[in-house]
Amino acid sequence: MENTVQQDISIRFENITKTFGSVVANEKITFDVYKGEILSLLGENGSGKTTLMNMLSGIYFPDEGQIYVNGEKVTIASPMDAFRLKIGMVHQHFKLIDVFTCLENIILGITNKEKANKSNARKAVMNLCDRYGFEINLDKKVYDLSVSEKQTLEILKTLYREAEILILDEPTAVLTPIEIKKLFSVLTNMRKDGKTIIIITHKLNEVMEISDRVAVLRKGQYIDTVKTSETNEAQLTEMMVGKKIVLNIKRTEPKDMEDRLFVEHLSLTNKDGTKVLDDINFIARSGEILGIAGIAGSGQRELLEAIAGVKPGYKGDVIFNRPKKNLPVSFFHKTYREVVNMAKNGAFHYEDGTPVDFTGMSSKKIKELVNKEKVIFNENEIYNLRNLNPRTIRELGVRLSFVPEDRLGMGLVGNMDLIDNMMLRSYRKGKGIAVNRKKPEALAEEIVHELDVVTPNLHTPVRKLSGGNVQKVLVGREIASSPKVLMAAYPVRGLDINSSYLIYNLLDKEKQEGSAVIFVGEDLDVLLALCDRILVMCEGRVSGIVDARSATKEEVGLLMTKKKEEEEETNGGENNA
Amino acid sequence: MLDILGSSLPGIITLSVVFLFGCIGETISEKAGNLNLGIPGVMCFGVVGGTLGSLIYMNLIYPSMPVTANAFGFVEFISYLLLLLFGIVFSFAFGAIGGLIYSFLTTTLKANQNVTGLAITTFGAGIGDFFMSLLRKGDGADLCERVGKIYGFHLTNATLGPGGLVYDDSNWHMGFISSNNPVANIFFQPSLVYICFVLAIVVFIVLNKTRIGLSLRSVGENPATADAAGINTDKYRYLATIIGCGIAGIGGLFYLIKSQGSWDSTFDLQKYGWMTLALVIFTVWNPLIAIAGSILFAFLYSIPSYLKVDMVTGKFLELIPYLVTVVVLIFTSIFGKKNVLPPGSLGVNYFREER
Repeated sequence: MENTVQQDISIRFENITKTFGSVVANEKITFDVYKGEILSLLGENGSGKTTLMNMLSGIYFPDEGQIYVNGEKVTIASPMDAFRLKIGMVHQHFKLIDVFTCLENIILGITNKEKANKSNARKAVMNLCDRYGFEINLDKKVYDLSVSEKQTLEILKTLYREAEILILDEPTAVLTPIEIKKLFSVLTNMRKDGKTIIIITHKLNEVMEISDRVAVLRKGQYIDTVKTSETNEAQLTEMMVGKKIVLNIKRTEPKDMEDRLFVEHLSLTNKDGTKVLDDINFIARSGEILGIAGIAGSGQRELLEAIAGVKPGYKGDVIFNRPKKNLPVSFFHKTYREVVNMAKNGAFHYEDGTPVDFTGMSSKKIKELVNKEKVIFNENEIYNLRNLNPRTIRELGVRLSFVPEDRLGMGLVGNMDLIDNMMLRSYRKGKGIAVNRKKPEALAEEIVHELDVVTPNLHTPVRKLSGGNVQKVLVGREIASSPKVLMAAYPVRGLDINSSYLIYNLLDKEKQEGSAVIFVGEDLDVLLALCDRILVMCEGRVSGIVDARSATKEEVGLLMTKKKEEEEETNGGENNA
Repeated sequence: MLDILGSSLPGIITLSVVFLFGCIGETISEKAGNLNLGIPGVMCFGVVGGTLGSLIYMNLIYPSMPVTANAFGFVEFISYLLLLLFGIVFSFAFGAIGGLIYSFLTTTLKANQNVTGLAITTFGAGIGDFFMSLLRKGDGADLCERVGKIYGFHLTNATLGPGGLVYDDSNWHMGFISSNNPVANIFFQPSLVYICFVLAIVVFIVLNKTRIGLSLRSVGENPATADAAGINTDKYRYLATIIGCGIAGIGGLFYLIKSQGSWDSTFDLQKYGWMTLALVIFTVWNPLIAIAGSILFAFLYSIPSYLKVDMVTGKFLELIPYLVTVVVLIFTSIFGKKNVLPPGSLGVNYFREER
């Protein structure tokens, strides 16, 4: 790296260091971004990409080091400074005010009176739309916008502020393939206009498609910058993870399949009257992974929530076929005498088939036998989950390891530490009114150890962990409860490759142990490699169930965009995209 | 019925103004995301400030200001305006001090907003009781009553004579129309009433139609977004809370005027302060609705004493404002569109580098 600051360099990072507490997010990062190029900033989760860019946009302030913009030393202490330097950032979690209109969001924070005038702004924004090919209704409130519209609005915001340097944080994470294409064509237009664009991403195919050069970060350190034309995915992966990783996802053959969960004619109508689920029918079997594919928002989330009992009020049935080894819920509400009598009547037998006699055994001993699943209850029992509350559904072993967009919101409590978060699932256990803290602590330690969770210690509030680590904690906890039906929605969203594979292997292990695994994913390659069957959803309906071993990507892709009725004109070209 | 209404309306209007000042102030603060539960205390700060300001004026600057007069001249008019100004400035400043303490704790030190607010309330009540008893020691009480009377400068019962405004009443009244119709009395009130109603309209316009208002609301809705847009969130939260508390402080001054300078303890004022907080919810953070809302609250609160109903019924009527607030919350929560919901980050402190 030369020491002289060249004319055609747009941004230069020099020895940038940033730490959060004891975690080093960026360590002595030095590299250049050229004017008029699209640079991909590539790295695994927690490699410090977003942190670095946040320093460029004034959200964070570097502990050490110097940033140069257009050859000049600059201090970016606040987002305002970044605007002055014509740096604009589109954050992964959009920074928009829901209750404002698009136009209000665009002029928000602009101090120049002329520019902040609504009618001036409207004209200028319309011009920008024509120039780059955006489509947007400026008078819509943001809460009415779709995700891609929100992104468009974010880009317009930065352009209206005359940004010359545009940073996009994971811009494609929430877009459909068609929307991604649109975005890329817009970005190419902007590059033609001489704007410098930095894209934070970990999707290699997109890196190869759009960028001129790729800068790679690994664990907070800068590795190298390479020209896209002179590299390939394998090399980039190696740079990113540091070592070659096995790209094959483990998929064992399903065994001991048993129909575990029957979803029959499930329909759900939203509060505002829109149908989110429409006559869903499928069977989930133990010992296999059922994948659910579909464009984001096709009802995957609602379906899992309905099964887990979090979203009651649906029509149709969810029948849970309790495995024999699992004792019925009613067992735990029976008295000691009743249980002994049940055994006398031949309700239980050991694994080898001999009947169980509980007479004379202490209740402790009985519980031990039962908990170790040594005792088998003779009858299969069938439950309609529709009539049960979420807690009973959980006790039956139907576990929703839901990993929604907002990871902290649904599964973990941000201000509580790892151990306390483990306890959220076991708080009812323990003697008397005191909770048992030892087991959760051991579990937390195990998860941290096995899933490589980066955390200062077990007593760190989970909100202080990076997104990927939070996710590992959440998925790890749910799997630890050895569920009978494990539902995981986007468990690898935002995770790096290594962690993703850890999760895939965990799911496969669960399947081997006899769980019926339902996996909602977004990456078709992963779905095809990991699952046994794939259910494809489109606009709240099941558009098809395919065998993951024989189905092709195109086949699934087509089903994902299959319209409700044939009468709605389907555009073949778009469907293939 | 008309008689009851006629005799009760002026009282209702004056009470509603106490509510309205507090409500406007709290709305500004909440729109910027600061849930200031310290309003009852801030109003106590305001009453101390208002009394102090008036006493300074009447003791040091214009000691001979008459309480009653038969003729109203230019000098009296100016001195009245000055007295009003002193009262307003001091009560505003004292209220603003409450806001400053609150902002420093929540915005700079990131203390929990609810806890801080409650601390301000109890602190303000203590300050109010202590200083009011101090100020009213000796001939202070007498002065206070004079203050109350002078402020109670009604716009009724005066006629426009050849030499200016002429009074036919022993109280200080200034007005352009003379009327014996009791209903008409509602239109002739101490000048702060008009200031208050105009203020509500001005605040509504500033909040909803100007760039400052847009920025302020964005800070209350989503400070991270506002920050990324280059808005100084700390500055907005500080200023909104300080100005809001100042305005609520004037409400404290008006409480003194309303009670014509007589003073017992901060108890009633605190009660009004809490009603103010309910009123903000009731009016869905809209100062225009707040005008009607404050009158409704004051009506429900004071009508029992005019209707001469028994105590239980009276207390039930007093309960209605709180009941209505709960009902409004239920309705807005179930059916409300996003624009009638509370500001998105109400009660949540913002720290830029929080992960």
